[in-house]
Amino acid sequence: MSIKNNNDSSVNLQRRRILTGATGVVGAAGATFLAVPFVSSWQPSEKAKAAGAPVNADISKLQPGQMLTVAWRGKPVWIVRRTPDMLANLPNMDGELRDPASNESDQPEYCKNPTRAVKDEFLVVVGVCTHLGCAPLYRPAIGSPDVGDDWQGGFFCPCHGSRFDLAGRVFKAVPAPTNLEIPPYRFVSDSIVRIGEGPTEGGTA
Amino acid sequence: MADNQNTKFEAKQGTVLGWLDKRYPLVSTWNEHVGEYYAPKNFNFWYFFGSLALLVLVNQFVTGIWLTMSYKPSAAEAFNSVEYIMRDVEWGWLIRYMHSTGASAFFIVIYLHMMRGLLYGSYKEPRELVWLIGMMLFLVLMAEAFMGYLLPWGQMSYWGAQVIISLFGAIPLIGPDLALWVRGDFIISDATLNRFFALHVIALPLVLLILVFMHIVALHRVGSNNPDGIEIKKVKNEQGLPLDGIPFHPYYSVKDSMGAVFFAILFAFVVFYWPEGGGFFIEPPNFEPANPLKTPEHIAPVWYFTPFYAVLRAVPDKFLGVVAMGAAIMFLFAMPWLDRCKVKSIRYRGLSFKLLLAMFVISFIILGYLGTQPATPTLTVLAQIFTTTYFLFFLILPYTSAREKTKPVPERVK
Repeated sequence: MSIKNNNDSSVNLQRRRILTGATGVVGAAGATFLAVPFVSSWQPSEKAKAAGAPVNADISKLQPGQMLTVAWRGKPVWIVRRTPDMLANLPNMDGELRDPASNESDQPEYCKNPTRAVKDEFLVVVGVCTHLGCAPLYRPAIGSPDVGDDWQGGFFCPCHGSRFDLAGRVFKAVPAPTNLEIPPYRFVSDSIVRIGEGPTEGGTA
Repeated sequence: MADNQNTKFEAKQGTVLGWLDKRYPLVSTWNEHVGEYYAPKNFNFWYFFGSLALLVLVNQFVTGIWLTMSYKPSAAEAFNSVEYIMRDVEWGWLIRYMHSTGASAFFIVIYLHMMRGLLYGSYKEPRELVWLIGMMLFLVLMAEAFMGYLLPWGQMSYWGAQVIISLFGAIPLIGPDLALWVRGDFIISDATLNRFFALHVIALPLVLLILVFMHIVALHRVGSNNPDGIEIKKVKNEQGLPLDGIPFHPYYSVKDSMGAVFFAILFAFVVFYWPEGGGFFIEPPNFEPANPLKTPEHIAPVWYFTPFYAVLRAVPDKFLGVVAMGAAIMFLFAMPWLDRCKVKSIRYRGLSFKLLLAMFVISFIILGYLGTQPATPTLTVLAQIFTTTYFLFFLILPYTSAREKTKPVPERVK
């Protein structure tokens, strides 16, 4: 049998088109399915997902105004023991904040309140700027030199200048879009905070 | 001027070359791209940077391969393995410094190479594709450099990557999932480091190599531009060779070799006496191991990213900042169509283009400086002003270039 060339009238071009088209469609479908394992392999592994266990923090030695940093899921979580002055000043900030009532921000339902906390005195917040993920600095003093004279105390991100008040609420006209995230947490006792677990989760630890 | 001295190679039968050429297009490839590739005779200083980019690429490949022989791509070992290379591996310090300084040299060379294109209109018809492939190279090179910077696993590696990957998170709807997918973990971790290593040493270098090949093939199809912006293919002799052209070899192979040697001397001085580039080539916080709980007091990207970083910071909105930064690069892609002036070289162009280009270059340099500095209110305002003038270049250019009063372009290269 000799191979026909394209000028040969006996070549069935229509059949060739159908075959090429069908092969193309099946091949494309196969390639799409084949892409799934390659794309999915970039997702967090089971090991990474399992690493999110809750952690306990001992707050018995925390003095008023002090901050404690604990690592939870590899991120810094801050626990700030706020003074009565700090708490009293929070409502005064509302006018300068982008989201004073935390409507656009991430927090458990039980922390969606004016102090963004389970117990007013203790702020528990993820220390990751909602802009591009730097760890902001704790600047509790009024008029901190590196932030400004009108500074009322809070958190300042050195990377891109975002500012947050002492409830982790973001100020207007800074790059960060939302308030700092509040993780799920509960008080196991007066001196132990369990981060990563809400009040209704877990048993008595 | 030796009139187009013929450097054509011929493969005679019965020779080794003849045997090879019958089985592989050695001679025709050599002639087309080297021996008989006619380049304009008036290349100047600016034309060194193309071949120098190739030289630096080779430097990065060779030193990079040697570094992988002692480097450990894991969060637990990466930082120490780099210190091991610097202290204990024979000549390891030199190979590492050649690689880290080479990265900065790469960007110096590439920025000057791009500047040449802007000065002499090398992006214009018929070289649009050469420019587009070149811009893609620039983009891939930035990704390559960014991923490479994570590998030493120092404080700046870590937090620089944290900021840049968070940029993906600013995209509406898919953003947070996309950032998670890129990291492969909830934070920058071992998984991120390991995949960046794979991309940095295999995937992106392959893409770079293919793009460089395409860049040169596209260039050789249309021929090189020159400081006068004259198409030398318009005036040819009886043999069809451009009268104002000279074969790449030996004329430019010799010239470029001289440039390469001169560059190598400068490069050696930096590698030996100034390898950290005053904190610009390797930033001081990167001599501290990565600490996920503490951001360095002042973080700034390596110098070659700072202009774009300053644009990002200038916009007081997370998503729009990312958009502006992307646009700052994307507008460059569109240069062949934004510049509507028929005259290529700045030598024969009107005042409006010269002023606009000067404004653009000054904005770029000042933004580059601002990107290295902390975001104080004054500097932020400055960044906003120069971000505006940076973009004004692209926005005004289409209007002025269409109405530009140009000088007459000569027919021949003098």
